[in-house]
Amino acid sequence: MKKLLEIKDLSAGYENQVVLENVSLDIFSNDFIGVIGPNGGGKTTLIKTILGLIKPISGEVNLLINKTNVGYLPQVNQIDKRFPISVFDVVRSGKANTALFSSFHKNRQEKEKAELLLQEMGISHLRNKSIGELSGGQMQRVFLCRALMNEPELLVLDEPSTYVDNNFEGELYLKLKELNDRMAILLISHDVGTISFFVKTIACVNRNLHHHPSNIISEEQLASYNCPLQIITHGNIPHTVLKLHDEHEHHGHHH
Amino acid sequence: MDIIIELFSYDFFVNAFLASLLAAISCGIVGTYIVSRRIVFISGGITHASFGGIGMGYYLGINPLVGAGIFSILSGMGIQLFSSKGKVREDSSIAIWWSLGMAIGIIFVYLTPGYAPNLMSYLFGSILTVSTGEIWLMLALAIIIILFFTLFYRTILYIAFDEDFAKTSDLPVGLFNYLLMILISLTIVLNIRVVGIILILSLLTIPQATANLFTRDFGRMMFYSVGFAFLASFIGLLVSYFADIPSGATIIFTQVVIFGLVKLIKAF
Repeated sequence: MKKLLEIKDLSAGYENQVVLENVSLDIFSNDFIGVIGPNGGGKTTLIKTILGLIKPISGEVNLLINKTNVGYLPQVNQIDKRFPISVFDVVRSGKANTALFSSFHKNRQEKEKAELLLQEMGISHLRNKSIGELSGGQMQRVFLCRALMNEPELLVLDEPSTYVDNNFEGELYLKLKELNDRMAILLISHDVGTISFFVKTIACVNRNLHHHPSNIISEEQLASYNCPLQIITHGNIPHTVLKLHDEHEHHGHHH
Repeated sequence: MDIIIELFSYDFFVNAFLASLLAAISCGIVGTYIVSRRIVFISGGITHASFGGIGMGYYLGINPLVGAGIFSILSGMGIQLFSSKGKVREDSSIAIWWSLGMAIGIIFVYLTPGYAPNLMSYLFGSILTVSTGEIWLMLALAIIIILFFTLFYRTILYIAFDEDFAKTSDLPVGLFNYLLMILISLTIVLNIRVVGIILILSLLTIPQATANLFTRDFGRMMFYSVGFAFLASFIGLLVSYFADIPSGATIIFTQVVIFGLVKLIKAF
């Protein structure tokens, strides 16, 4: 078990606003961590700090692997969907080559890798489409391909299940479970119920971070971690794994 | 047809023809980057800020285009600096530089004793009076742009598409942002004589809009944009010559007509 990342007493945020405080977390090569927490609680800030996109205010973020060995799937609403770029080019951008003339190199390996990933995700037929023509699920598959281009040791995903159909959501999580055999995964999600089927451990982020050592977490524990359920979910998601006797009674009253 | 061929025996017309070709190359390529990255408004700010340099050029008795070059590069940097370090909202930062440049230009032109020759040609363009020296500069710029965009095609594309992801891939994002900002500034300044400060934004956006009707690929969009920009500039040049109307405005009008026609044909 290799340690990939260590975060020590991290504080981070924007301008004068501290979003994260006293956060410590270690990530090992076989981890599959589900990151949950309310909107504005600092989930995205945490991964942007890990990726080096935001500088910590204090504390340390030590990436023990090469920066390019971290695969990243950003929130889909951070992407300009009307940008003139083809699916194939988006996937290839996952292995950016800064060398002069790199546009002319035959880059056979790079192209083969991209083709292979597209095949694996079942979207080879979309390779020449522009990204604006894709559905939400197709787009997430493309961005997952891009994140995997470098054979990352750590895969970081920010809300990959937004704007996708339930069908793809299940497929995606199964795929991630499979990928977890060869890489660590850090997965941000709103959907605490569904992800707990797939992740190994859960991290609750709401200004602080509590790393819960298993994938089963009760409502009481969530509350004690400063992440009560009602502020994480938005009401209509079935929380199958959680012990939700209170909530069931609550539903009963409505029917 | 003969009359068009005859036109090419005049030096001023050959220059105008070359200017429209070179303008199409630089504006077609750089404009594709501007439109794809949605920095049209920043480019508008740089364009108008360069008027400050034109006024300064008149006042100091140097070539107004040199002043415009200095002002446009400074304003490009200034806009980025204001919004990233100065915590000014980007659109406000653009508006500040935009109007500051225009104000400085107006004050300098007013302070310049006597008459400011060719002032209108800087504002509205005058492709028929482009000098051979300016053609050489435009040629140099076109070559630099072609080289830069060919050598670094993928780096530019990846940074423009997803800057954060490019940073995580260790691409030199900051460096490229500044280099491209300088290329945008130079493109604007060297094409001021073709269509003028007021109209130049159109050369950076309308051919791209037309090209975008045919392709959603960054590389192809650059080629098509160059083609449409050249077509419109040349037709506009001829029309303005024979109808004896201002060239800059005619070129822009032709751009819009071509865009409208293509859009109409595509609709059926």
